[in-house]
Amino acid sequence: MAVIEIKNVAKRFGDYQALHDINLTIDDQEFMVLLGASGCGKSTLLRIICGLETASEGEVWIGGKRVDHLPPKDRGISMVFQNYAVFPHLTVFENIGFGLRMQKLPNDQVKRRVERTAGLMHIDQLLKRYSGELSGGQRQRVAVARALAMEPDVILMDEPLSNLDALLRMEMRAELKGVLAESNTTAIYVTHDQVEAMSMADRISVMHEGKIVQAASPIEVYRDPAAEFVAGFIGNPPMNFLPATPAGAAGQWSVAGQTLHGPNAGKDLKFAIRPEDLTLADQGFQARAKVVEPLGAHLLVTCEVEGHQFRAILDSETQVRMGDTLTLAPQDGRGRWFDPATTLAVS
Amino acid sequence: MTAETTDVAEVGANTRKAGQYVYIAAVVLLCAWVIVPLYFLLINTLSSPEAVNSYPKPFIPEFDLGSLTFFANFAGILTALKNSILVAALTMVMSIAIGAPAGYALSRFEFRGKELFRLLILLTRAFPLPLLALPLAVMFIRVGIDDTIFGLALVHTTLAIPFAVLITFSLFSGIPIELEEAAWTLGCNRLTAFQKVILPLVLPGITASAIFAFVISWNEVFAAAVLTIENRTLTAFLLQNLDTSPLHLKFAGGFILVVPALIFIFAVRKYLFAMWGIANR
Repeated sequence: MAVIEIKNVAKRFGDYQALHDINLTIDDQEFMVLLGASGCGKSTLLRIICGLETASEGEVWIGGKRVDHLPPKDRGISMVFQNYAVFPHLTVFENIGFGLRMQKLPNDQVKRRVERTAGLMHIDQLLKRYSGELSGGQRQRVAVARALAMEPDVILMDEPLSNLDALLRMEMRAELKGVLAESNTTAIYVTHDQVEAMSMADRISVMHEGKIVQAASPIEVYRDPAAEFVAGFIGNPPMNFLPATPAGAAGQWSVAGQTLHGPNAGKDLKFAIRPEDLTLADQGFQARAKVVEPLGAHLLVTCEVEGHQFRAILDSETQVRMGDTLTLAPQDGRGRWFDPATTLAVS
Repeated sequence: MTAETTDVAEVGANTRKAGQYVYIAAVVLLCAWVIVPLYFLLINTLSSPEAVNSYPKPFIPEFDLGSLTFFANFAGILTALKNSILVAALTMVMSIAIGAPAGYALSRFEFRGKELFRLLILLTRAFPLPLLALPLAVMFIRVGIDDTIFGLALVHTTLAIPFAVLITFSLFSGIPIELEEAAWTLGCNRLTAFQKVILPLVLPGITASAIFAFVISWNEVFAAAVLTIENRTLTAFLLQNLDTSPLHLKFAGGFILVVPALIFIFAVRKYLFAMWGIANR
């Protein structure tokens, strides 16, 4: 139940600049995902919010209070770690109740809150066990329950599902989303998994080289990437890029032999299109199929258009063989344009 | 062509077999190196004086407790035993009190000269004690702690600290930093996180390291002999008296010294491996 404001936060490790001038406001009860490849600074930013790392510059405000000089325990946060960090010498009950015991709550209250959160995470039958007797998924549940039992204003999660196997991850993803939505806490969730980010987030902050490239709703990040990096990072496979040159009239662009309608700009641009926004047509890009991968639900074809790699997702019953030449037309309104100099979107 | 390949295969098999024999022989030799003297010590301790001096030796002890009983009634031996235990206990407490914080710092903080510091800790063991013993004795007399249990414990602590630091360093390093961080986010400061999370987890290892310090002090004879006169420890006391004793008593004295040390080392062997980073990985 708190707004988080990050103002001009920068972090240096010696000569290495891990974060550059980060500004971000996370609304009350919002589920914010920090998404990026490893080394982009997303975990560092989370640890600065948590108080496990100090920022070289800038301020962190939680619930209208400046917290960047406070230790983690005074920030009203709790954290779920990637490798669970379940205390091995305590039972599940004492793990979940650890923070409550530190607050010196009376026994009956500790018991009530531990049992309630354990119930939420479906681990009520494990309360007497030690962490060595639990599976990875169960340990993860204990770690989340321990964080929830604190009833924090803000819950921070650092790749909490990345150590679980694929099926379990999918299950936990949905469950976590439900539990957090009910708990009314503000959540910041760090992940490198874009499916996780898309499916859970109210808003995604895509990070790259210590900067936030775009902070927007999942669908906006997907449909209207603010920069070439986002377009090439989000989506599996990501967007295709082709060079575009002005074709005489304003707003007319020549892209791989096709004339397309685009923005007004006086220089060369890049045209970008998602693989699933391409259809077989009579007129379009001439693409030579190089690899054909039937994926069940659809057909992924990796082609070449004028020497540029180009992927298309087609109906799974399409008959395509290696070496075929396809004519692929972009769907109206789905093409995006980027300025190669700034790498930013142009509209 | 086929004949050649089988030849090569055979040679390979033979080499492997020979290597295996060498390996087994080395293991047997090393075990014998340690076990045979201990076994003779045991036999001779549990034999009557006549049997000890006779030849050939029997391979099965006769369970004659005469030599050991003699020791139990020997004047001054109980005081020496008490001194040994006191010095060793003091060494144990001091080396952990000083060594464990150093081990924690080495494992958790980055600072300049950390690697050099670790090396220097080991290098303190490269100094031969006889070289230090005389200057130490002179200094102890000046300060007034010569021939005291505390003075001797100080020297033994110096000997035990490198091991205390290295063992605790490896113990703390074996505990993920996330456990501590989790405790901090759950309402602990550095001190309470250490008390509630780290300490319970390292306690068995700390105990082992303490026992090891105890054994180092228990076994040490040179400093004990040089720095004490009245308050001799068991090792120094036996060294002084056994010189002039008959052979069977020498064996019994040796036995009394070796057995507790052996038992202790056996109890903590797992952690001694951990010190070199082999176990728990």
